[in-house]
Amino acid sequence: MAPYKHAIVIGASSGIGAEITRQLASSGCRVAAVARRIDRLEQLAEEHKGNVLPVEHDVRNYYAVPELFQQITQRLNGLDLVVYAAGVMPEVGLHEYCFEKDRAMVEVNFLAAIAWMNEAASRFENTKHGTIVAIGSVAGDRGRAGQPVYNATKAGLTTYMEALRNRLGSYGVRVVTVKPGPTQTEMTEKLHLKGAMAPSTAASLILAKSQSSGEHYLKPTHAVAFAIIRAIPSWLFQKLKI
Amino acid sequence: MAIPKAQDLAAWAATRTRKHLETDRIGRLSGFGFTKHADGYVYRPSTLEEAREVFEIARSLKRQVVLRGAGRSYGDANIGSECIVLDNARMNQILDWNPVTGVIEAECGVTIEDLWRHVLEDGWWPPVVSGTMYPTLGGVLAMNIHGKNNYCSGTFGEHVLELEALTPSGQILILTAKDEAFWAVISSAGLLAMITRVKIQMKKVHSGDLRVLPLAPANWDEQFAIFEQFEGIADYMVSWIDCFGSEKGAGRGAFHAAWYLDEPSEHPRTLEQSHQDLPDTIMGFWPKSMVWRLLKKFNNRLGMEFINWSKYASGRILGNGKPHPQSLVGFSFLLDYVPNWRNAYLPYGFIQYQSFVPKEHAKRVFAQQIKMQQAAGLESYLAVLKRHRPDKFLFSHAVDGYSLALDFKITKNNWPKLQQLCHQMNDLVLQAGGRFYFAKDSTLRPADVRAYLGEEALATFSRFKAQFDPDNLLTSELARRVKLV
Repeated sequence: MAPYKHAIVIGASSGIGAEITRQLASSGCRVAAVARRIDRLEQLAEEHKGNVLPVEHDVRNYYAVPELFQQITQRLNGLDLVVYAAGVMPEVGLHEYCFEKDRAMVEVNFLAAIAWMNEAASRFENTKHGTIVAIGSVAGDRGRAGQPVYNATKAGLTTYMEALRNRLGSYGVRVVTVKPGPTQTEMTEKLHLKGAMAPSTAASLILAKSQSSGEHYLKPTHAVAFAIIRAIPSWLFQKLKI
Repeated sequence: MAIPKAQDLAAWAATRTRKHLETDRIGRLSGFGFTKHADGYVYRPSTLEEAREVFEIARSLKRQVVLRGAGRSYGDANIGSECIVLDNARMNQILDWNPVTGVIEAECGVTIEDLWRHVLEDGWWPPVVSGTMYPTLGGVLAMNIHGKNNYCSGTFGEHVLELEALTPSGQILILTAKDEAFWAVISSAGLLAMITRVKIQMKKVHSGDLRVLPLAPANWDEQFAIFEQFEGIADYMVSWIDCFGSEKGAGRGAFHAAWYLDEPSEHPRTLEQSHQDLPDTIMGFWPKSMVWRLLKKFNNRLGMEFINWSKYASGRILGNGKPHPQSLVGFSFLLDYVPNWRNAYLPYGFIQYQSFVPKEHAKRVFAQQIKMQQAAGLESYLAVLKRHRPDKFLFSHAVDGYSLALDFKITKNNWPKLQQLCHQMNDLVLQAGGRFYFAKDSTLRPADVRAYLGEEALATFSRFKAQFDPDNLLTSELARRVKLV
């Protein structure tokens, strides 16, 4: 794994974010673990004494981010890596159009990501180093009947990250979007996914992929399968119901 | 959560600037050797009042401050992670110059280059200069630099008539040699106060040239014998050492002594800037701005062994013992001959290791240091020997003896081994009663610093720190590393 020394993980209380925090802290990196559920962060801090800095924060509190970001970097005494792993995916019925659920997804999966990534991008553009990682999703590759807004937020996040990559590439900043496939997390437990990846496996693959700018699937089979899925014409995709 | 309206956003923006620093100010800074980096928020005040405001911002946001001049300290004395970096570059006015008395008054951001360009045509020269003309007066005095005439002219601080310093608590100090704080603020590596203005006595010269005598000592015995021979005679002395020389050739190198000259003319042309300016090309055609790229090709163990040997061998044959005139700038600022020469050490950079050893032990210690390098396969590619005299500044680096400055290239994998070598060399220096120099340091440990500075000096430092900087605002990566703050 890359020798990161100072990192911020947003959405660190569970799932992939918690695992990334654990693995970074185990490698000697000082990690600011950001999430709402402070009790879980404190548990992480207890597991990795001295290397995890728990930071209670609701990502929808966008306007607190600039100040919080600087407080964190000051306490970490530097910054090499920012990982945005916060995400929500409420259950949405096939005929359900619930604005509150949709808004929550837009806010947590996309808008808050922008609030954090803008701060990271601004800093790294000036310091000419650093790595920004966003946890996208294969779900963002196509618009599906089951999760219109979740798909849209992940697609938006992927496009936003691509734009950041194009802005920051010449400054020596790595901008990485990873698209995990099915992963066993609290967010997906109700979906009973078959062959889902353990979060620890996903986390180690994500940290390995963070070494190079770009969009990355975590498995070669996903890269092939989703290249095909992306290539399916819209009229045909509608009929396939995949 | 309520979404702010447009007018609220403007208010929020104003609040934002008060609650944290402007992100646009952050930058990644390094010491001159490129080996240590830190991200800091850079402020470049142009007046004393603005500098005072920067300290206020730091205090209100609970940020520490690192003082930075031209960034010529090799290691980590001019950087501070997550600190406010108070850069003196825009406080660069020459405030007064008296060509009759040779007293100049200047702000802290004035460089040595600014100084000599201002005074030379009136027949004056900075009394002490470093090997490069780019350091600012603030940096020069924070580190209390020395030159090739340290043994007879002392450090730069010894030529200061008066200085003004701004403490982090906002107090303005006017200090002369009669004040105890004068001897502490100068040399304290920017950890007590920001030197903002300084009055200096320049050195009278009657020519823009020096008479330079090159000699090619074949070993350590000859090196030290030559230094002793010219000690009471020459105005400047310096010697380059080939660190690849061993056995009978250990300590071989190229020695230069230099003397000020008198010229019959009242306004000799050698005092003009056009006579002093370093040429843009080498051998009349090779642009000097490109030379570092060529140097980079040779900047490896084999290449540098060849270059060091060639330099020694050519020195034995060409001009050995034959004095020649050389401009003050040409002789003094050897490091400025090749612009951006440090780029030849990229991507990992280099450190300079300089230790100061009493004259009774210098030959033994330096010979041993080079043997240790050779045993480790980590020979310095450039080594410079100088003669020194002690001074009474608080963090003095000088001794009645000699210093050896060693440039070491950093590679992808050699840092742990190099650090270990430096620590072993530190032990050797300390056992001999030697000292070190913060402007050059990258490897000292807290115990090393305690050992060479001594408890009394550290207690004095703590007393002044509590008086001038009670909130402990001033720091640096070096100060944190060696636990000075």
